[in-house]
Amino acid sequence: MTSATLDHYVLISALLFAIGLFGVLLRRNTLVVFMCLELMLVASTLALVAFSRFNGTMDGNVFVFFILTVAAAEVAVGLAIIVALFRKRQTIQLNELNSLKN
Amino acid sequence: MANFLFYAFAFFTVATAAGVVASKNAVNAAMCLLLSLVGVAGLFVALNAYLLAFLLLLVYAGAIVALFLFIVMLLDMKETESRGFGKLSLAAIILAAGLLVTGLSTLVTRGHLDTGNPALTPALGTDIKLYSYQLFTTYLLPVQVMGFLLLIAMLGVIVLSKRWEGSDDVT
Repeated sequence: MTSATLDHYVLISALLFAIGLFGVLLRRNTLVVFMCLELMLVASTLALVAFSRFNGTMDGNVFVFFILTVAAAEVAVGLAIIVALFRKRQTIQLNELNSLKN
Repeated sequence: MANFLFYAFAFFTVATAAGVVASKNAVNAAMCLLLSLVGVAGLFVALNAYLLAFLLLLVYAGAIVALFLFIVMLLDMKETESRGFGKLSLAAIILAAGLLVTGLSTLVTRGHLDTGNPALTPALGTDIKLYSYQLFTTYLLPVQVMGFLLLIAMLGVIVLSKRWEGSDDVT
């Protein structure tokens, strides 16, 4: 068992990102799609922290700070939009939200 | 020992992330997301970024997943996830999965990111003083912008969730 290198961390990060992307593409429940988006954000933070650790810099770590802040704001606004949508349409299934088509 | 922890947390994180995508119930998906975030926090600890691991647990697991669960239970939607895919989407899925496997296997077999020995590289993430130093010197403007972003997000959420006079709510 070799020591965990940057490659390992980037691989895990890429896997997480890919899983999140597949969730966004495959699921039709808006809430689950949103969770998968969060998963993609976390995957990118993992890559940033790993690069920061293995290069001996601080910038990646500080960026993760900002990503956390933006994610918190994004989730608040997104969930408010979903609740407003549910109030208006009584559904949050993506394939039923097609009122912009024609 | 550290290696074993890395592999355990990595496996745990990826498995629970797959659970987010695979679980039919939104509550289960949120719980899997929580576990996956705990796994990522463990990986942060393995990378010596203790403060970030703590913040990840606090902000994501504490606030965001709780918010998700709150909304999932508030909305109480019916479980009618239709699982059929058209021919075009199916082809796209297969193509995307193939590209993904190719890319990841290339990363594993050939990718060799040029880095120094981690034992020799200083683990800057352990030092909390460095975070504050960076935040108050190099990244001072982004910190201010983040403050405004949070303010605007708060106002936006209030506006979005307020019931306006004359709006045609169904309920």
